[in-house]
Amino acid sequence: MATGTEPHLNSGGVRTGTRAAIDAPHLRTDRWWLAPAATAAGLLAFIVYSTWRAFANADYYSAPYVSPFYSPCLAENCKNMPSGPNADLFGSWWAISPAIIILIFPLGFRLTCYYYRKAYYRGFWASPPACAVAEPHKKYSGETRFPLILQNIHRYFFYAAILVAAVLTYDTVLSFRDTDENWGHMGLGTVVFLINIVLIWAYTISCHSCRHIVGGKLKHFSKHPVRYQAWKFVGKLNARHMLLAWASLVSVAVADFYVYLLASGAFDDPRFF
Amino acid sequence: MSVVDRQEWDVVVVGAGGAGLRAAIEARERGARTAVICKSLFGKAHTVMAEGGIAAAMANVNEHDNWQVHFRDTMRGGKFLNQWRMAELHAQEAPQRVWELETWGALFDRTKDGKISQRNFGGHEYPRLAHVGDRTGLELIRTLQQKIVSLQQEDKKETGDYESRLKVFQECTVTRILKDGSRVSGVFAYERETGRFMVLEAPSVVIATGGIGKSFKVTSNSWEYTGDGHALALLAGAPLLNMEFVQFHPTGMVWPPSVKGILVTESVRGDGGVLRNSEDKRFMFDYIPDVFKEKYAESEEEADRWYEDPENNRRPPELLPRDEVARAINAEVKAGRGSPHGGVFLDVSTRMPAEIIKRRLPSMYHQFKELADVDITAEAMEVGPTCHYVMGGIAVDSDSAAARGVPGLFAAGEVAGGMHGSNRLGGNSLSDLLVFGRRAGWHAAEYATGLSGARPPVDEVQIDTAAAEALRPFSAEGPAPGEDDGRPPENPYTVHQELQQTMNDLVGIIRREGEMEQALEKLADLRVRARRAGVEGHRQFNPGWHLALDLRNMLLVSECVARAALERTESRGGHTREDHPTMERKWRNINLLCRLTDPTGGLAATDPVRGQITLTRETTDPIRADLLALFDKEELVKYLAEEELYE
Amino acid sequence: MSSYKARFKVWRGDVEGGGLKDFEVEVNDGEVVLDIIHRLQATQAPDLAVRWNCKAGKCGSCSAEINGRPRLMCMTRMSVFTREETITVTPLRAFPVVRDLVTDVGFNYTKARQVPAFVPPAELGPGEYRMMQEDVDRSQEFRKCIECFLCQDTCHVVRDHEENKPAFAGPRFLMRVAELDMHPLDAASDNGLDRKKTAQDEHGLGYCNITKCCTEVCPEGIKITDNALIPLKERAVDRKYDPLVWLGSKIRRRSS
Repeated sequence: MATGTEPHLNSGGVRTGTRAAIDAPHLRTDRWWLAPAATAAGLLAFIVYSTWRAFANADYYSAPYVSPFYSPCLAENCKNMPSGPNADLFGSWWAISPAIIILIFPLGFRLTCYYYRKAYYRGFWASPPACAVAEPHKKYSGETRFPLILQNIHRYFFYAAILVAAVLTYDTVLSFRDTDENWGHMGLGTVVFLINIVLIWAYTISCHSCRHIVGGKLKHFSKHPVRYQAWKFVGKLNARHMLLAWASLVSVAVADFYVYLLASGAFDDPRFF
Repeated sequence: MSVVDRQEWDVVVVGAGGAGLRAAIEARERGARTAVICKSLFGKAHTVMAEGGIAAAMANVNEHDNWQVHFRDTMRGGKFLNQWRMAELHAQEAPQRVWELETWGALFDRTKDGKISQRNFGGHEYPRLAHVGDRTGLELIRTLQQKIVSLQQEDKKETGDYESRLKVFQECTVTRILKDGSRVSGVFAYERETGRFMVLEAPSVVIATGGIGKSFKVTSNSWEYTGDGHALALLAGAPLLNMEFVQFHPTGMVWPPSVKGILVTESVRGDGGVLRNSEDKRFMFDYIPDVFKEKYAESEEEADRWYEDPENNRRPPELLPRDEVARAINAEVKAGRGSPHGGVFLDVSTRMPAEIIKRRLPSMYHQFKELADVDITAEAMEVGPTCHYVMGGIAVDSDSAAARGVPGLFAAGEVAGGMHGSNRLGGNSLSDLLVFGRRAGWHAAEYATGLSGARPPVDEVQIDTAAAEALRPFSAEGPAPGEDDGRPPENPYTVHQELQQTMNDLVGIIRREGEMEQALEKLADLRVRARRAGVEGHRQFNPGWHLALDLRNMLLVSECVARAALERTESRGGHTREDHPTMERKWRNINLLCRLTDPTGGLAATDPVRGQITLTRETTDPIRADLLALFDKEELVKYLAEEELYE
Repeated sequence: MSSYKARFKVWRGDVEGGGLKDFEVEVNDGEVVLDIIHRLQATQAPDLAVRWNCKAGKCGSCSAEINGRPRLMCMTRMSVFTREETITVTPLRAFPVVRDLVTDVGFNYTKARQVPAFVPPAELGPGEYRMMQEDVDRSQEFRKCIECFLCQDTCHVVRDHEENKPAFAGPRFLMRVAELDMHPLDAASDNGLDRKKTAQDEHGLGYCNITKCCTEVCPEGIKITDNALIPLKERAVDRKYDPLVWLGSKIRRRSS
């Protein structure tokens, strides 16, 4: 009846014996690989850049700016940043870059973020690479087992991310000084920091866990009108969580790179006033 | 002897739409072991298409509403031809049926104080329709489906088997009702997936198969609406009532061709949409019939004020009963004032901001965007009449939903006749399903348990005959040896298309004597050809075969419509005669009953004049005095004959 | 009005085997893929098996995969394809095939039965329910579901891993759990049923890795992942993954 009736491979997944006998792992004709490829490329670029910068342990402070990768700076080997986010909690035994201590938190926040999970499950792990495109793995247990079951602690990283965002806000306030710590000045870096902190907050607040905590967990919104409004507000941001995730990822890298350029002397901060 | 799977049940419900599921729930809750048979998957029934709402006088929005007002609206809408006891029960019980849905998990839109919100609709004096956006039918079917699942979960807990007391046979089609003498003994069906036959033995059968729209070319109905229940009842010896009344919904999509007929919900008009012709005129003001003059606005200003202040203004004529609006659109198009694709314009874009339209009419917005590439927030829709509903149906007892003359046979929903008279009001269908679905299930269960040990036996000969009938399309390979016109077997799809064209053109929204006579001849011809409809392939999920079997039902029902329409020499509700354009009071209390001419099962009768259907007239019971007292005398004289008034 | 001949490949066969069959078929303005399938039935392949009902995107019967993407045939306009394109139509590939474009979707009905039904509050009778619109909004969004099962079909948890079917309810029925858990009057907890916990323990919520294909294919535009599955995951966290509680239970287990 059919042209070229295919023998059934019966090799699992869409080729399970009872399903329609189609050999191809997928029949999509559009450029379905573009999105995961672009995602993977973008994330990879950030990983390379941030690894270099995090381990560099140099060029992260140029008054009045401190790189968001190194803030707050929690070891003795931190550069002295006048009225900056120094807090020597770890003491002298910490020998490598102090960025590593604090980056754990934003890294954990983003690693367990519901958007980034989708991005790297699709982009790196091809599970699935795209909708209705067969994934290459024989077994799949999702987030039911260690280590992926740890994704469930996202909300605690969210709390930490709030603290980090608060420190970065403090850094942004500090950027309204000049190199001699006098207040009421602004440079191009201040603008870069402002944009960054707005995006960081928007990304942090738009988090799914945040949405749950401010109101999503309630059964009756009508009994909690304030939390209902908060939930609706977070919901609006949450709809753009992916956009904010990327925008804040780029902005934090840009802010760091800007500080690097200043600290390494490759560029001078244009001062407005 | 055919190999068939046989099972015993107490109640078999044919059809899993709103009425069927409600009947099944009721029968099971009253202790009857109940089977539901449906042609589609469980939960896909045509009920999901209902958009507007469920009419029930709960008085949540307007405190003046009560069952008497609802009854009055229903009778007016049906032009007093309604089986008044049904209209009474319906108006009284509808609120209970809606509230009950909430206890099964339904989530209707809410009023400010947390009650079920109710919206305005054509022909209803007060806002009365409980609704969920414009997907009320989906909510209804899903709620009933989930209630059935919850009953099955209870049964599982008790007996270890989900299906021990309530089972859904999905994708199965019933082709015959089996009988023991005059009473029901079971049904004969085939499973679409495998083509296997089965017999469900049961003393009670509830027919809830919906309508007949697939006999018409332009229709809002799905493929399932082939009049199966109507035909099953006829073949089992039960009469059909007032089959000439077919409702053409005024607003179906007219463009593009592939979606022609798909419904544009009446709530578009209830929420402020207006009808305009190609001259940009709100033409409905010219079409308010005398009987409705006092109830409808005379100027656009008054009509527009009504949306905000219904207490002090009369409603816009766009909200006249469906038959009036459909006829008006038809007349405008005929007069050359139609839209480019042969409809008129229905406009919300100039009446409300885009945001409101998207919120109030989300699925309409969706439907036009996806199917027609039209943005209804920016431009007007093109709409025209589409075959939507059949008011006629199986003649039933008002209280018990029992079909006449066949003990054990019950009918509810669209397939049952009488409730809506000559024209159904929007929103009265969903409530009808619930009220009479429950009643049918209740009485079917009672009848079945009443028989206790003495179940009617199933006749083997009937099973064999039914099996042979179902298999005939596979052997319909042209003429038998000797009769050599040499034609190949008929393509069932072609026969179906010709039937739809015939009914649409000759027994459609405006009817003429000559055309209907022509239609009867054409139907006789099609009947001969349908007997030769053959199919390729095998019995496993073969749509050509399914259609070939459905043709029998569509042809039977179409003949009923055409014969009754020819007989009724007046215009009333869903029946408009160009040659008899006025409503006649002497027809008010006349019911037309269709019966099979040769009930012994000889469907071979192919004589075009005689046909398969015999019509009889019957005078209806006078309306009870206390119900009549709900109307003004001046109104009654427009409808009732002199002698009825003075009784 | 213009018409043209389009090239189609339609999968025909049954559980024994089958393949893509080539067709050339007329296409007119404004048609959708389902119209073309119907034309094939009426003119070239009368026994071509296909499920459909309303033809208006309301019943969710005509689910299939068109050019490899799970879609409703009635909601896929031919104008989205070029005239040169060959359009491939296959049955849903996550479910056992019955014949041609028809699959056995029994998996979904089995899963539907495993979700405990709405529990009415004992103290309220019919007509006494009072719910605010803002409290029903969330569940109403999920009740827009037309049960086309495209989300169940596209979800790689079962599409690519047949062995996960017993453990995983799929997006449609996890959404049903979320719907009931968010229902303002559901009294399941009064009866000792914790839907938040059972979502994880009995319906396989943990298998979901929120890759959002369910949301992508939903013809009703329901935000299944963002509004149902992730909130449900967060609710499960409330019950199960508070680390202090978790640690406590580990320690207790070890010492006993």
